[in-house]
Amino acid sequence: METTEKKSITQPDENGFYGEFGGAFIPELLALQVEELRINFEKCKNDVSFLENYHSLLKDYVGRPTPLYLSQNLSAKYGCKIFLKREDLCHTGAHKINNTIGQILLAKKMGKTKIIAETGAGQHGVATATVCALMNLECTVFMGEKDIERQAPNVGRMKMLGAKVIPATSGSKTLKDATNEAIRFWINNPDSYYLIGSAVGPHPYPQMVAEFQAIISAEIKNQLFEQTGNSLPTKVIACVGGGSNAAGAFYHFYDEAKVELIAVEAAGEGVYSGKSAATSILGSPGVLHGSLTLLMQDKFGQVTEPHSISAGLDYPGIGPLHAETISTGRVKSIPITDNEALNSAFELCKSDGIIPALESAHALAALDKIAIQLDDVIVVNLSGRGDKDIETYLNEELKMKN
Amino acid sequence: MENKFKQEKKQVSIFITAGYPKLESTVEQILFLQEKGIDFIEVGIPFSDPMADGETIQKSSSLALSNGMNLEILFQQLESIQDKVKIPLVLMGYLNPVLQFGLEKFLQKCQNLNISNLIIPDISFEIYTFKYKELFEKYKIELCFLITPNTSNKRIELISKKCKNGFIYLVSQNATTGQEKGEKDLSNRYEEIKLLCKNVPLMMGFGISDKQGIKKAHQYCDGAIIGSAYLKALENNFQEKFMADLL
Repeated sequence: METTEKKSITQPDENGFYGEFGGAFIPELLALQVEELRINFEKCKNDVSFLENYHSLLKDYVGRPTPLYLSQNLSAKYGCKIFLKREDLCHTGAHKINNTIGQILLAKKMGKTKIIAETGAGQHGVATATVCALMNLECTVFMGEKDIERQAPNVGRMKMLGAKVIPATSGSKTLKDATNEAIRFWINNPDSYYLIGSAVGPHPYPQMVAEFQAIISAEIKNQLFEQTGNSLPTKVIACVGGGSNAAGAFYHFYDEAKVELIAVEAAGEGVYSGKSAATSILGSPGVLHGSLTLLMQDKFGQVTEPHSISAGLDYPGIGPLHAETISTGRVKSIPITDNEALNSAFELCKSDGIIPALESAHALAALDKIAIQLDDVIVVNLSGRGDKDIETYLNEELKMKN
Repeated sequence: MENKFKQEKKQVSIFITAGYPKLESTVEQILFLQEKGIDFIEVGIPFSDPMADGETIQKSSSLALSNGMNLEILFQQLESIQDKVKIPLVLMGYLNPVLQFGLEKFLQKCQNLNISNLIIPDISFEIYTFKYKELFEKYKIELCFLITPNTSNKRIELISKKCKNGFIYLVSQNATTGQEKGEKDLSNRYEEIKLLCKNVPLMMGFGISDKQGIKKAHQYCDGAIIGSAYLKALENNFQEKFMADLL
């Protein structure tokens, strides 16, 4: 008997498109590099010894599996089961390292010696600097000048790990501009390996980043089964800047129609305040950084400058997989303002003794925005820890008191 | 249709950013460069995030945008001098502003203005082939593709087969615009590329800044394109002297 299996949305078509979005919109100056990457990723992603290496580093070096923690206090507050996926407990303090481990092994396989990366909050920069130190590879990280100021602890960590941090001084001086600079450097240094940290960029990056982060949802499934006897939650919540942690937390649930997937975007000072990064609401289809995706732009197609208190969410686009799944309604997006995120961060500190990253605090704040049933089993992806944000937290707390 | 870029003599082209240094400079510059004897002009459509461009073109683009340049204004400017312009104009810009303007409306406008060649660097040969080819053909507009010294021979042949009424843009080295020439001597590779392109005119650009650079490019190619160096001259109001030294 013939069976027609529906193709998973996690798999782009042969041109790198997820439905309407994605692709590789790149100048010829990047054609060779991207093609080389595509071929090697295809080879490695099903290679047994490559995957063994990847999983053994995740276990012994990163500290996976990360706990799936049933928060009694949050559960009591919201009247259902609330689990936190503790990506903040990964080595380096965020989920970013899942992807850098995968890509650094790929870079090694390709014989690359020079690694470049962009970073917003600095978590991807630190995760890249870390794996470069581990593998003895040269590391250059591009970071917006504004982000260098607001995420100083991570800049120090990158430097200590031996990375060169180059400030991006164009545009809004944040993640978008750091990405532009990294791409230009890659054009000028075609032998280097560009290690993208978000689920953005030309095909195959969005797919590759999603697959290296998919370990998050694979573990959630196993751990939920162990703890509740059912591997499927009713809702998964994750924040989206470019969308790497959300891609990973949603990955194995995309094809489970019963699991509600909630992507939380940074609304800054309010979605329509003019200072926001709520791309799925404010954006329209456009091409940036090599892919067709949802993009915040003016009517002439110039990319507008986003705003978020969180450097990791301060990006005018989202990954093409998210653009597609939000457009089709598979994933629901919720905007959370700077203040709502701050409040949730303080609350989690008091209720559970966990200082979340500002990015992850956006995901937590979404709990106040959704309809919750008694039998809900909700997983919030706690993508990173908040050490890097301590200065912002203390300043904001002071402001709130005054 | 005759290929406007197939000429006996070696050609010289200049790239300008529309709306730079002033909003109305587009018109002045086109007429000025035509009068100086430039063979064709590339008119750059400014974009907020020009990923293949070095600092000079980035700066000119952001200034042009703050001057208020956009595609509607650019088309008005080009219409206003349509009767005076005798040399080919090639529009060059990133895809996103074109998509928001509407690709079909954009191609229609170009056709009306007798602009038959475009350079849109982030439409790769593959994306063009499966996504945009039919629309370009409908309006008889030809996309001029970039190649680099690293582009494979097979790919160059594939691309040159597609170019009937335009030219191939040879990026002199794998680098963003306005970069100094690398140490590597690429003359043998340039010669190979010229042969691979067969009858399609080959124009060299990126990193060409003066008369000497043009002379060198002309050894292998049908034309040479100057961009960042001219924008720098414009910034300092040295364009008269720059052109006098160049030609």
